[in-house]
Order: sequence, then C-alpha cells, then structure tokens
Amino acid sequence: MSNWTSSLIGLLVGLLTALQVGASTPADQLANASFSEKQTLIQTWIESDSSTALSVVQLLLDGRLYYEKNTNRLVLIDTHKTGQPLTDFATGQAGTIEKKRAYKRVSVNNTLRTFLRDTLAAAQLSDADPAVRLSSVQQMLGDLTPENADQIAKFRAQETDTDVVDLMDLALAIDRLDRGTPAEQAQAIARLADSLTVEAMNALRAVPANSPLASQARSGIQSIEHRRNRYKAVETLYFGLSLGSVLVLAGIGLAITFGVMGVINMAHGELIMLGAYTTFVIQQILPSQPGMALLISLPCAFMVSGLVGIGIQRGVIRFLTGRPLETLLATFGISLILQQAVRSIFSPLNRSVVTPEWMAGSWEINAALSLTLNRLYVIGFCLVVFFVLLTLLKRSSLGLQVRAVSQNRQMAQAMGVRSGWVDALTFGLGSGVAGLAGVALSQLTNVGPNMGQAYIIDSFMVVVFGGVGNLWGTLVAGLSLGIANKLLEPWAGAVLAKILVLVFIVLFIQKNPRGLFPQRGRAAEG
Amino acid sequence: MFPIAGKKTLRILPIALATALSNAALAADTIKVGVLHSLSGTMAISETTLKDTMLMLIEEQNKKGGLLGKQLEAVVVDPASNWPLFAEKARELVEKDGVDAIFGCWTSVSRKSVLPVIEELDSLLFYPVQYEGEESSKNVFYTGAAPNQQAIPAVDYLMEQGVKRWVLAGTDYVYPRTTNKILEAYLKANGVAESDIMINYTPFGHSDWQSIVSDIKGFGAEGKKTAVVSTINGDANVPFYKELGAQGVNADDIPVIAFSVGEEELSGMDTAPLVGHLAAWNYFMSAESESNDEFIDAWHAYTGDEDRVTNDPMEAHYIGFNMWVEAVKKAQSTEPGAVQDAIIGVSVPNLTGGLSSMMPNHHISKPVLIGEIQDDGQFEIVSETPGLVVGDAWSDYLPGSKDLISDWRAPLSCGAYDVVSAKCSGQEL
Amino acid sequence: MSMNKFVVVGLIAALVFVPLLNMLPETHALHVPTYAVSLMGKYLALAMLAVAVDLVWGYLGILTLGHGAFFALGGYAMGMYLMRQIGDRGVYGDPLLPDFMVFLDWSELPWFWLGFDQFWFAALMVILVPGVVAFVFGLLAFRSRVTGVYLSIITQALTYALMLAFYRNEMGFGGNNGLTDFKDILGFSLQSPDTKVALFMATVVALLLTLWMCHSVVQSRAGRLCVAIRDAEARSRFAGYRVEHIKLWVFTLSAAIAGVAGALYVPQVGIINPNEFSPINSIEVVIWVAIGGRATLFGAVVGAVAINYAKSYLTVEFPEIWLFALGSLFVLVTLFLPKGIAGFLKRKEALA
Repeated sequence: MSNWTSSLIGLLVGLLTALQVGASTPADQLANASFSEKQTLIQTWIESDSSTALSVVQLLLDGRLYYEKNTNRLVLIDTHKTGQPLTDFATGQAGTIEKKRAYKRVSVNNTLRTFLRDTLAAAQLSDADPAVRLSSVQQMLGDLTPENADQIAKFRAQETDTDVVDLMDLALAIDRLDRGTPAEQAQAIARLADSLTVEAMNALRAVPANSPLASQARSGIQSIEHRRNRYKAVETLYFGLSLGSVLVLAGIGLAITFGVMGVINMAHGELIMLGAYTTFVIQQILPSQPGMALLISLPCAFMVSGLVGIGIQRGVIRFLTGRPLETLLATFGISLILQQAVRSIFSPLNRSVVTPEWMAGSWEINAALSLTLNRLYVIGFCLVVFFVLLTLLKRSSLGLQVRAVSQNRQMAQAMGVRSGWVDALTFGLGSGVAGLAGVALSQLTNVGPNMGQAYIIDSFMVVVFGGVGNLWGTLVAGLSLGIANKLLEPWAGAVLAKILVLVFIVLFIQKNPRGLFPQRGRAAEG
Repeated sequence: MFPIAGKKTLRILPIALATALSNAALAADTIKVGVLHSLSGTMAISETTLKDTMLMLIEEQNKKGGLLGKQLEAVVVDPASNWPLFAEKARELVEKDGVDAIFGCWTSVSRKSVLPVIEELDSLLFYPVQYEGEESSKNVFYTGAAPNQQAIPAVDYLMEQGVKRWVLAGTDYVYPRTTNKILEAYLKANGVAESDIMINYTPFGHSDWQSIVSDIKGFGAEGKKTAVVSTINGDANVPFYKELGAQGVNADDIPVIAFSVGEEELSGMDTAPLVGHLAAWNYFMSAESESNDEFIDAWHAYTGDEDRVTNDPMEAHYIGFNMWVEAVKKAQSTEPGAVQDAIIGVSVPNLTGGLSSMMPNHHISKPVLIGEIQDDGQFEIVSETPGLVVGDAWSDYLPGSKDLISDWRAPLSCGAYDVVSAKCSGQEL
Repeated sequence: MSMNKFVVVGLIAALVFVPLLNMLPETHALHVPTYAVSLMGKYLALAMLAVAVDLVWGYLGILTLGHGAFFALGGYAMGMYLMRQIGDRGVYGDPLLPDFMVFLDWSELPWFWLGFDQFWFAALMVILVPGVVAFVFGLLAFRSRVTGVYLSIITQALTYALMLAFYRNEMGFGGNNGLTDFKDILGFSLQSPDTKVALFMATVVALLLTLWMCHSVVQSRAGRLCVAIRDAEARSRFAGYRVEHIKLWVFTLSAAIAGVAGALYVPQVGIINPNEFSPINSIEVVIWVAIGGRATLFGAVVGAVAINYAKSYLTVEFPEIWLFALGSLFVLVTLFLPKGIAGFLKRKEALA
C-alpha cells in the first residue's frame, strides 16, 4: 500500500519535472547558453515563434536584455544601476534593480552579433522604410549565402526604390556569377564590372584563372580598380584638407596673438584645451542632447578661452610690452599652471566627449568614396571662422584699430586709439578662437591635460610658414601642409612624412625668411 | 658680501640632503614603500591611478595591523614622465628615504632607466604593466603580462573566430615592435601568408588616422575576414577609434583587438561606436569573483567616486603588493635579499577568482581574458584561457631569445641562461 | 662682476669640497652622499647647456629653441661609446651588437656605430656632430638672413624633426628606449662612487673652462661685435662687418659646448632617449637663462642649477602641485625680475 502510493507520488513528481523541462522556453535557456548555443537557440526559436524571437534579436543587439543571476529570469533594463527600473521579459511586470550586481547582461560576441544582424536583415527585406531595406541588403551582401540570394530575388520583383533595386541587382549578379549558367555568368561579369563596390571586385577575383571567363573578369577588375583609384586620390585630397583645416583652426588664434600682436603665447595650446573642456562640461550638463550641447559650447568656449586670454593679457603680458621674447617665458609658466589646473579639477584622465548623431558616420558619395561627416563639419567650421575673422579685422572698426596698433603703436595712440584696450580685446579674440578650435578638436581627438602641447608646435609652424601677421598666409600654409603631409604619408609612412614636412619648412624659411606671404613695409622690420 | 652668501648657499644643499637622511633614520619604526609613478607630464594620465591604488592598498594593510608589527608608510614622488628623473627618483627613494620596495613605472623606457639603479642598490621594483618581455632582473618583479600572456592568446581567439588576414598596428616603440615580431612569427608558424599580414607603425600621440584607417579598410576589403591587432599606445587611441567610427569600420567587419586599451582608457572615449571591438588583458572590471567585488567596493570607497573604474595594471599592483606582503611575512624581514628569496613560489588570490604565483623567472601566472567593449565602457568577457598562463621572460618566437631561460632560484640564479651554450649572460656577479 | 665671482668661487669650492665631504663617513653631519654628487653633476651639465644658450641668445640675440638638439646629439655620441663598452655583458651576450639591435634581429653593426668603441673617436664626435649640424644649419639660415621668431621657429622645427627621427626604431639608436644600462667608462665602473665623483669633477672643470672660454669670447672684439649685431644687425652689416660669419662661428661654438654638456650628462643620469630632443626641453633651457639673467653667462649657471634643484625638491615635497609652483615662478620672475637673478643681485648691490 505505502509502496504503491510512494511509487505513484514518485511517478507524479517525475511527470511534473518532465513537464517542467518540456515547458522550458528558449527564454529560460538563453541566460547561460554559450555563444554558439545561443545561435542555435535563436534559429529554432525563429522557426517556432518568429515575432518573439525577432524582438529578442533586437533586444540583444541593443544590449537591453539582462538576466537575474540566481534565477536566470530574463528582464529588460535600460540603465544598469541600482535603483533603476526593470521589466520582466515574460510577464511585462515592472520592478526595480535592488542590487546592480544581481543582474547581468545576456552577452553577445561579434560572431553572434553578425548572425543576429543577418537574421534581422532577412526579416527586414520587406520593411516599409527603404533605408532599412537598403541596409538589410547591404548586410546580406557582406556574406551572401544562396538562401538569402533567393530571398533577395523574391523581393526584387516588388521593390520600387531605385537604390535598393541597384543593390539587389548587384547581389543577384554576384550570386549568378557563382551559380548561374555560363551565359548568366558572362552577363553578371558585365554587370559587376560596372560597379564600384569591393564586393563586386571580390566576386570577380574569385573567378578561377582557368575559367573561360577569366580574362573578362580580369578586365572587369581593372576597370573597377581604375575608377576606384581615381576616387582614392580624391579621398587623399580630402584627408589632406581635413588635416589642414585642423592645423588652420589650431593656428589661426595664434596668427592673431602672435602674428598681429607679436606675443609668443606658449599657453595657446592650453587655451585650445580649455575650449575642449568647456565642451565636455556642457555635455555633462546636457547629457541627453550632445548635439545641442556642442552648439552651445561654441559661444561658451569662445567666452571661456577669451576671458582667460584677456586675464593673461591684463595680468601678465601688458607689463611686457616691448619684450616679446619674455612673453614666451611667462606664458610657458601659465601653460604649466593651466595644465595642472585641469589635471587637478578634471583628473589627469582623458574626458569623453560624445559625437552627436548628425556628426557621426560618413557621407557616402558612392561605393568608393565616402567623406567622414565630423571632418566635413570641421572643414566647414574652419572656413567660417576664417572668413568671419578676416571680415572682422578688415571691415570692423575694432579691426581697423587692431591693425593700426600693430603697425604703429605710438601713432595709433596719438590718433586716440586706446591701445591697452585694443591689446586686451585682440588677445581675447585670438584666445577665444583657440577655444573654438578646442570645440572642433574635441570631436576628433583626446580631451585631456596634454592636448594643448600636441598642437602648440604645429600651430607655430603654420603661422610662421604662412608669414607672420597674415591671415591668408595661415590658411594657405595650414591647408598646404596638411595636403603635403597626406600625399607623402602613403609612401613614406606617418613619421617620415612629418619629418619631411618639417625639413621642408626649415628649408623654405631659409629660402624665404619671412614665410609664404611676407609682411611688407615698416612692420616687417620688427 | 657675496663670498659670504656664496658659502652659505653652498652649504645649504648638502645640509638639506643630510637632514633628509637623518629624517629617514628617525622614522625607522615604519616600513617604507616607494611609489614611483608620474603625476605630471604625458604619462600622468595612466600612472596617477596606480599611485592611488598603492595608497589604498597600503592604507588597507595598515588597517589590518600593518606588517611585522609595524605600520607601512608610502613615499610618493613624481618622476614627471621624464625618464632620467625616474632613475634619479628611484635612487632617492632607496638611498635617501630608505624604502624597502618600490612599486612603479609604466613605460618600458622608465623601467629601463630605473633598472641599473635598482640593481646597483639591490632593491626591489614591482612593475605592473604589460610589456615586451626579453628581460629578467634579479631585482624586478614583472606583475603585468608578458607577450605570451596577452598577445598570443588574443590571436588564438581571433583565429578561432575565422580571422585570416591581419593588420598589426602599433606605436613605434619597443613594446609594439617586439610584440608584432613575435606575432608575425607566430602567425606564419600557423600558416598565415606574408601577404595577409600588414604592419604599420605610427609616432607617439599620432592624431590623424585618416589615411591609415582607410588603408586598413582597403586591406580588409579583399574578402577574407580581417582583424587589427593594436599595440597603439595611450593618447593616440582616442583619435584612432574616433576615426574607425567615423569611417564606419565596425567590429563585425574588422574587429580591433587592443593590448593597451582598458577600462580607464575607455572612460575617456565615446564608446557607442566601439561596441564589439576587443581587448586582451588578465583582468577586467567585469570579472565575476568575490575578491573583485570587494576590490571595486574598496576602490569606490577610497576614491569617493562610484564611477571610477578599475583596470588590469591596478590588479597587477594588487597582486604584486600582496605577494610582497606575504614574502615579507615569510622571510620575517623587509630586507630585499631575503624578500627576493622568499617571494618565489608565493601565491596570492588574483581578482578573477584564482591564485597567481610568483615564478622563478620573476613573472607571475595569470589567466588571459578576451573582452568585447560594451557601450557602457565595460568589457564583456568572451573568452578565458582554461588555466593560468605563466609569464615567459624570453620569447620562444624570437631567434635571439628562444634558447634563453630565467631562473632566480639557487643554484642557477640567472636571468638569461642559454640552455644550448649553458652560459649565463648579462650578469655582473 | 660679483655674480661671476660668486659662481666661480662656488664652482671651485664644489670641485674641492664635494669630493672631500663625500669621503667623510656616512654618519657625519656634513657627509655628501654619492647620489647627491651625481645629482649636482647633472645640474652642472645642464648649466653648461644653459651657458651655451646664453652665448647665442644673450650676446647674439638668436633666441634658439632647439639647443636641446645639440645637447642630445652630444649625449647620443657619448651613449654610443658607453653602449659599445658593454661588450658581451648585454643580456644576449652578443660581443658586438648592443642589446636593442639583437632584439630587432639586426645582424651587423650599422656603419655609423663604427669607431664608437674608441673613446677618442666618441669624444671627437661629441663635438663634431653637433658642431657640423649647427654649422650647416647656420650656414643656410644666416646667409639668407633668417632672423627673429622665424629663426626661433626653425630651430624648434630642427629639434622636433630630430626627435621624431630618433624615435624611429629603424634609425638604429634604440628608438624610444634610447641607450641605457651602461656599465663602464674608460674601464671604470659607472656604478662605483669614485667614478661618479670623478665625473662630477670633470663636469665642474668643463663648466669652468666653458665659462672662461665664453667669457673671453664675449670680452673680445668679436664679442662686442656680437652685441652690436644683437642690438642693430643692419647697422653692423652696413658698417662693413661680416655679420653672417660671426653669427655662424658663435652658433657653432655654442652647439659644440652643448654637445659636450650632453656627453657629461649621459653617464651621470644613465640614459639618453629621444625625449631629450623634445622642443619643450629646449624652451626650458631658455627659461633657466632668463631666470638667471640673460647675457651674463654666470647667471645661466645660477638659473639652471636653481630651477633644476627646485624641480628635484618640489617633485618630492609637493608631487601633486609642483607644476603650479614652477609655473608661477616663471610668471613672477618675468614680471618682477626682468633681468633675472643676476639683475636682482646687481640692483641690490647698487643700492647697498
């Protein structure tokens, strides 16, 4: 009797456990699966319940799927911090994170991520947004399998967007070159030779050398390479312009303080640094709007660096008129103080400045040429700053006074120009422009206590090479040095290119002792 | 008037130094530990944290009652990222302040600068940073990774992931040069063709990566899975990763695995475009172990900042310091010679949940972890060596050093022993 | 010229007393430890560099921002000699190649390393290499009348380019790690206290000779011509002087002095690395001169020693904030002591 009941209970328990195992959803297994297990798990999941599975794929890609360590329960978390809200994945119930360490993200590695993207791409071929469809085909193009080629073929017929159609045709041509009849293959080669993409080129490269189509494929590759090389040259030019615009931006403030006022401002780099730190601070204040923060940073950085500059001028440089070389000494001291100041306030670590959405990525002109957006903005910004400054100095009354003081101080004073005031404003202007350069540089490079030192020498080179006291000289010098550097880099390497440019500057100055655009007249006798 | 002033000034210098000496004698009731990390100049960015780590470790040890019944006292100096100054400060720490061990240095050149001084004065240096190997000094303990504890497992992992083409990009100095040399030999031994390896060097602080990233893109567009092994140093990393992001090189297409980018470097970067790029270290802040949780809590409490991250060189100091403490207890003395003998074989917990031991070649055993960058600036550990890897002072992949071994135990007691010619070189005995 | 007397007396006293005080037992209150001797030797080598800069800046009006290059070239020449002296005691035990070359798989010694196993050759190169570089550079620059800031900036470009070049491992100078781990000089171990004291004494003697030589130069007719060029170059030229020649020779002399200073510096600090070429270092030297007092020669010595001592002291006592102190010092000295310490002393003397 007791035997019988106990065995019945045993049976029941066994049945229940079995049921529970059977009820175990993919969701329960996801937490502790290895990367390859996750892949098979999702594959089977898609077959059984594609909509839930795809939403999981999206969550995994976004990194929002977490699990509770001791129960393996899946939860959704936006901010992984103690006290933040969470949502149960299965029930949709809201809760809070009691302890940050109790939850862990469901991990994804590169291989799995590629698989997830491909999975998602396959589902997105029918998306309403043409941009999504385009990126979906693009994703498949990366590693084209016969299955997704078939899928592309299926959706090709109903596709209306011309860009998507183009890309789909390319994918189909690559597929036909691989699996089509000889006639189809020949046709495919002709289609591929028209393309600029690396995928087309790689597909043509894969044609075996002993195939009857080999020579046709070879000429196709040559045609692609030839056109790509032309774009490569444009790209190099763009790189040079971009480097040049950075040099101009860094140097143009110095062209004012050094070129117009004759002050050797060794703290110039640190004024750039202050501009970059201002950007960082404003982004901290507006964490959710990096783009807005960046725009607000422009006037703020101008003010911060400009005011510090005016402070330096009024506090130190004013007392050193007529002793330009001693300004070097004093401003070197100031640069040390500023460096240590940011180190003390912001720690010696680099600070992270976020690139806003609209500056990220690149502008794809075609498959062979795309221009990085952040640098495109910097080039544009550099030109704007340059022309505004030029107008200010040439057209405004302040500009007139600045030029008057720089050409003949006594005479200007005699004419009623308040030279002390003009000096302070000029120095403030030059310093403020350095601050603007800092905002731009924060989008390209480090924001840290050492950043100023990285630019000070280059800035002096640019200003001197262009001819002291000449804004146009600074522009031409900066851009041409940038381009020269980038033209040399492919065959000389980055280091040697830089050395060669420096040697060139030394030799050039020795031939033309006053730079590209020498100052004429009395001012040149300084 | 002036001769008098002259004599006075002349005397001040030696007297100041002599006073400092007698101060050292007075304060002999504490055990002094030197901390030799740059707090200003270009290296302050990395080294300041290590100084704070040491201060924290020393403070904790003192709370536990100190060592041999005495309190520990940290002597902090600033070698200011200036290599000759490193040697000068090391000498001062030992001769003037009378420290029993120095924890310090980051760059190889700073270690090379300090090395002759430490050897001459027969003191101890614990060096916490991954380095190129090819060195084993009686007086130095290398708690960071040797190339076989970082580079080779990293490449193994990528090979498993199907990478066939390799870009070895580095800053032009000895660590990347050596690491790349070792990797090149290793890759070729694993059947990678010469044409599938691209090597590129850039100067320190290189900030314009446009051409190089474009070249990498071109190199990776030939249809074979490509990866970049980066030994790019310090400040050059931020513009490098920014350019990668801008030119749309993401980790699915061309993953970059770095040996010098850790949590602290990431804290200065916009990590959103970097998700999936990798790093190889012996420790990640995301490692799950109790000792790690405690260490992170202590670090947050010490710095008063919940957002401060921990990183691999910090763990190296943690291990190194605890090993030194254990060795001092074992030897019942802080005398460097006694500690040198006692420390070999000492095992202490590391922060990834295991035990690390000091090997006879003055390197330590550690696990090797591969992590992928996450958008929160942390690493997701995607691979871990099954056991501990023992640091190799002399690489087996370099022709000059493949026959060399290092063993500081008697009777061999040699840092560079040639097993073929049975000769010990580089030693002044 | 009391400042001069002060420096000369001080140096001679150091030459005599420092070794004596070093010989006292360690417990003696006046004992000067050996490391302090090397430290002072380092300061004085840097002081010699400052004198070289003062010669061209103070008396010739050339604001050189690249003298660190000549110093480093001299240092490298000495470093190469010291490397060759290691012989087969390197870690790889190669009798000919320095460790870093074995490390980079080089199979033979590059041609420019030949001869450096001989001290006389290295000593010659210590003077010749910086001298020739300065001569060629000056020849081009002065002939085309590059002056003022333009000249300053191209001297800076020179040292910057050399720095980048020496960082390159292909150059064969050890790249970033530079040359280090020296064992002995002229057969004497660099680790022995006697050698260190001897090196210190050699530095003092070299500095005294330099001061004497520079002093004679500036007191001579040529020296007065220098000052004339500094103050009115065009006028001197119109008066019929070959301005370029005098500039060139003084510049070359100054570079050679800087080279010797570098050669004395390297064995005492134990390392030479491309960082010595860094433009910031050269700017710092100018600052030492300004603080000591421009165009006084002896002031340069005082400035260099004072600032470097302050640096050593502050980096220990105030590791976190020493840059504030140093930076403020530079600013305050320029504002309130425009003629440097020398000017201050002179003014006090005049008042007394």
